Amino acid sequence: MARALINAPAKAKRGEIIEIKTLISHNMETGFRPDNTGKPVPRDIITDFICKYNGQEIFRAELFPAIAANPFLTFFTVATESGTLSFEWTGDNGFTANESVNITVE
Amino acid sequence: MRRDDHMPQATRRRFLIETAALAGAVGIAVPLAVKPASATPASMRAAIRKVVGEAALNKGKVKIDVPPLIENGNAVPLTISCESPMTADDHVKAMHVFTEKNPQPNVVSVQLGPRSGRATVSTRIRLADSQKIIAIAQMSDGSFWSSEAEVIVTLAACLEGV
Amino acid sequence: MRPIAAVVFATAVLSATAIAAEIPLAERKSGYEFMGRETRAMQDDDTVNPAMLWVLDGEALWNRKEGSAAKSCADCHGDARASMKGVAARYPAFSAARGRPVDLEQRINICRTEQQQSTPLPLESKELLALAAYVGRQSRGMPIEIADDERTKPFLQAGRELFTQRQGQLNLSCAQCHDDNWGQKLAGAAIPQGHPTGYPLYRLEWQALGSLQRRLRNCLFGMRAISYPLGAPEYVDLELYLMWRARGMPVETPAVRP
Repeated sequence: MARALINAPAKAKRGEIIEIKTLISHNMETGFRPDNTGKPVPRDIITDFICKYNGQEIFRAELFPAIAANPFLTFFTVATESGTLSFEWTGDNGFTANESVNITVE
Repeated sequence: MRRDDHMPQATRRRFLIETAALAGAVGIAVPLAVKPASATPASMRAAIRKVVGEAALNKGKVKIDVPPLIENGNAVPLTISCESPMTADDHVKAMHVFTEKNPQPNVVSVQLGPRSGRATVSTRIRLADSQKIIAIAQMSDGSFWSSEAEVIVTLAACLEGV
Repeated sequence: MRPIAAVVFATAVLSATAIAAEIPLAERKSGYEFMGRETRAMQDDDTVNPAMLWVLDGEALWNRKEGSAAKSCADCHGDARASMKGVAARYPAFSAARGRPVDLEQRINICRTEQQQSTPLPLESKELLALAAYVGRQSRGMPIEIADDERTKPFLQAGRELFTQRQGQLNLSCAQCHDDNWGQKLAGAAIPQGHPTGYPLYRLEWQALGSLQRRLRNCLFGMRAISYPLGAPEYVDLELYLMWRARGMPVETPAVRP
């Protein structure tokens, strides 16, 4: 089942600033919403996101319950070399997800 | 839509749920009886202090891009950008977003660096009520810059039943 | 009911329904046009549209072998981009075996039980929505065109009656808002015309993808009317009428709405 959708250019010129768009499937249960007995449904969110470029961290985000369900996050990076962009999401209740895409830099 | 800043604990969302359900709402007791915790301007300032410490908060450099009138507070597109050459000597280290009236003041914090190229981040956030959004950028020279935006949050009609 | 009372009642009902005027074809607008710029941008860009998560899931399900027949959708239908082009644009469609129109989700479940020898997918389940979104996506941009013939006529009429009848504690009909008062504000939000051009769609209010049936149940709740049971034929009759009413308008699946 597709959990995450990454949009990044497959090819870029060296030194070009590229945009990376990420979308992941997750309810982001805030912990403030009442269930039908009035008790709050326990929090269950993605808390951290890291992007690495050939193993080096280039972007990190800390997410809170105010991030909308199916978290969407876009950011930029400089295309320095060919290789792999890897993405990792972690969160409550041991949630983890990983994705990676390749990039060719001329 | 009339902006009523004197509304008590019940948020605008609750008020709109009641009116959007077109006045027959008396029978629907449960979700409306719970009053969620909400941030106050004081708790937002405290959350900002945690990030900024005792440093001065300068106004400027960071820009908030958010629709002024929001159709649904569940998924509000937000772009935070900061002017900076993004070199090793002069770049944005981090950006933080806060809200005034959500149950919790923090929204997102991102760490950037010279490899970022551009200090621009987009996401979608939840807003519980019409309120102020504050963005803070932390620079490599240790300075902090902030900017704020006021938004009005409305609600679709004909919502889901309990 | 006494004969005179019945005549008076019938006249009152008829004149009530005669008041609601159908929207002239040229004045029809999709719900897309009532949304803000940013919500429209969410729908227009596949890299940003949260509904695409479901479409991707649907593509995976399309290719997965199911049931005791161990067949995937692809085994019979091949590449959905070719075989499913235009399909969603003509649903609900008449099923000779069932003697009535069925909607796309019902058609998918008919294939699951009869061709794949598998169990039907529960209504509103992630899998069923994903498949419906994937199939619907293949009709994006194509004009809606459901069959209006001898077989569908009685169901189209039933749908029209559901749309124009007053119901619920507020004694409102769908037509009163969506034919007579579209464009005006209801609790701060503009009333759209109610064309199902983009289902299943990502409703920001649900924070998830959902079906037209789910949305219709939300409407009935708003009207303080009793919802028909899940999967009831009334929803399909109403969808048939709504799709006829939206004939010629382009499919937007998977859309985004507030």
